[in-house]
Amino acid sequence: MIPMDELSKDLAHGSVGAIVCPYPAGASQSKESGSIVDPVLDCPDEVSADISAVLHESQVMEVLQKLDEELVGLTSVKTRIREIAALLVVDRMRRSLALTARPPSLHMSFTGGPGTGKTTVAMRMATILHRLGYVRKGHLVAVTRDDLVGQYIGHTAPKTKEVLKRAMGGVLFIDEAYYLYRQENERDYGQEAIEILLQVMENQREDLVVILAGYKDRMETFFQSNPGVSSRVAHHLDFPDYLLNELLAIAQLMLAEQMYRFSPEALKAFEAYLKRHMHMPRFSNARSVRNAIDRARLRQANRLVAKGGRISKTDLMTIEAEDILVSRIFTEYVPDDEQQSDRS
Amino acid sequence: MAFHLTQGTFSFLPPLTDDEIRMQVQYCLDNDWPINVEFTDDPHPRNSYWEMWGLPMFDVMDPAAILYEINQCRKAYPNYYIRVGAYDRRKGRQTLAISFIVNRPPHDPGFALSRQEAHDRTIRYTLHSYATDKPEGERFTD
Repeated sequence: MIPMDELSKDLAHGSVGAIVCPYPAGASQSKESGSIVDPVLDCPDEVSADISAVLHESQVMEVLQKLDEELVGLTSVKTRIREIAALLVVDRMRRSLALTARPPSLHMSFTGGPGTGKTTVAMRMATILHRLGYVRKGHLVAVTRDDLVGQYIGHTAPKTKEVLKRAMGGVLFIDEAYYLYRQENERDYGQEAIEILLQVMENQREDLVVILAGYKDRMETFFQSNPGVSSRVAHHLDFPDYLLNELLAIAQLMLAEQMYRFSPEALKAFEAYLKRHMHMPRFSNARSVRNAIDRARLRQANRLVAKGGRISKTDLMTIEAEDILVSRIFTEYVPDDEQQSDRS
Repeated sequence: MAFHLTQGTFSFLPPLTDDEIRMQVQYCLDNDWPINVEFTDDPHPRNSYWEMWGLPMFDVMDPAAILYEINQCRKAYPNYYIRVGAYDRRKGRQTLAISFIVNRPPHDPGFALSRQEAHDRTIRYTLHSYATDKPEGERFTD
C-alpha cells in the first residue's frame, strides 16, 4: 500500500523527477473526472501511515533544525515555514493512502528590510520543498527586473520565458519585484513580464514556485496595483528588522563561521557600534553586520602587520575593541541620548 | 498499414507519450546534454537540417521547460514533424547524442520509390516523399 521506501530512496538520490513525478500532469483531473469515490468509504480506518517515518525519510527536520540554528530571530517566518512543511508532509501521506488533493499553491512573497534574510530563507525554502517532493530539482534562480524585462517590443516575452524555463523544477526568486511594475509609464514592458509570470504561476504550479521579495511598503503598493499577482500569492511572509541582541548573535555566528572571535571589550564596542549604526538611514541589518565585520578584519590585519614580530594563534583569531572603535560611525554620528547627555 | 516515419531513436516504437518524452528528456538533462527542438515538413531521410524552434536550451534544469517548448512548437506547427535533439559537448564526442521524433503529422502518405535509367541499363533508386509535391507549409494538411 505505501511505497514510502521507494519514494524516499528516489528522494535521497535526487532522481524523483522523471520516475516518481509527485504530481503528474493531469493525474488529479483524470481521477476526479471519473466516478466520485468517497475516500472515507474507500479507505478503511485501519489503513495508516507513519508520520515520523515520512519526516525521517525526507530529512526535512534536519533542514528545519538548521534553519533554526543558523537564522537568528525571524520567529514568525520560521513558524510559517514549519506550517508549510507540515502541510506538505501530511499531503504526501495522504497521497500514499490514495487521498488525492490538489497540490497547494506555494507562491510566496517575502517582505522586509534589506539584509533581513529573505534570500537566505528562499534558498532554504527551495531545499525544503525539494526534500518534500514538491519541486523536482530544488535549485534557486534569483532574478531582478533586468533579467525579466526586455528593452524593446517583443524582447520581453522570450526573456521572461527563458528565465521561467531555467527555474522550472525549482524556485524562482524575484528580488525587488515591485520594479516590474512602473506606474508612471503605462507602456512599460514590465506589465508584459507580469502577465507571462501570472500565466505560468497559475498553469504550471507543479513545475515551479515563485517567490517575490522586496521592501514592505513598496511591495504593498505593487500588490495593490496588481491584484492578479496578490491573489495568486498564497503566503505573505514578513521579515521584521533585527533587534540589537539578534544582530549581536548574528555577528558572533558570522565570526565563528570564519574562525574569528571578539575579545570581551570588542564585544562591548561592537554593541555600541550597532546601537549607533542601527538607527542610521541606510542600515541594512545582517548585511551591515557582515560589512562591519569585514572592515574590522581589515583593521585587525593592519594592526597585526604594524605590530610585527611573533604573533600567536589567539592574536590571529581575536578582534580587539580598537579594530571597531576607529569606525567613522563613532566619529561622525552621535545618538540623540548621548548628545543630550553631552550638553547637560 | 499506415506509413510510419522511422528516423532517429525510438522511431520503431509507437509514438512516445508526453510522460515518456519527459523521462527521455530527463535522461538527456542528467547527462548534461543541451537540448534543442526542431521541426520540418520535408521528412526525406537526407534532409538533416530541420528548422530550429528557438535556440538550444542550455541552462534548463527540468524537463518541464523542454516539454513546454515542445508543446508551443506543436501548437504552432501541428502538421509538422517535430524532433528533440540532445548535444553531447564533451571533448571527443561533440556530436548529437540522441534525437527522437515527438510530433507527427496526422497523416503522412509516405514515400515513393522512383527508378532512374542510367547508363548501361543501370537502375538508380531514390526516395521521394509524396508530401513534398505540395509547396512548403501546405504539406500534411489534409
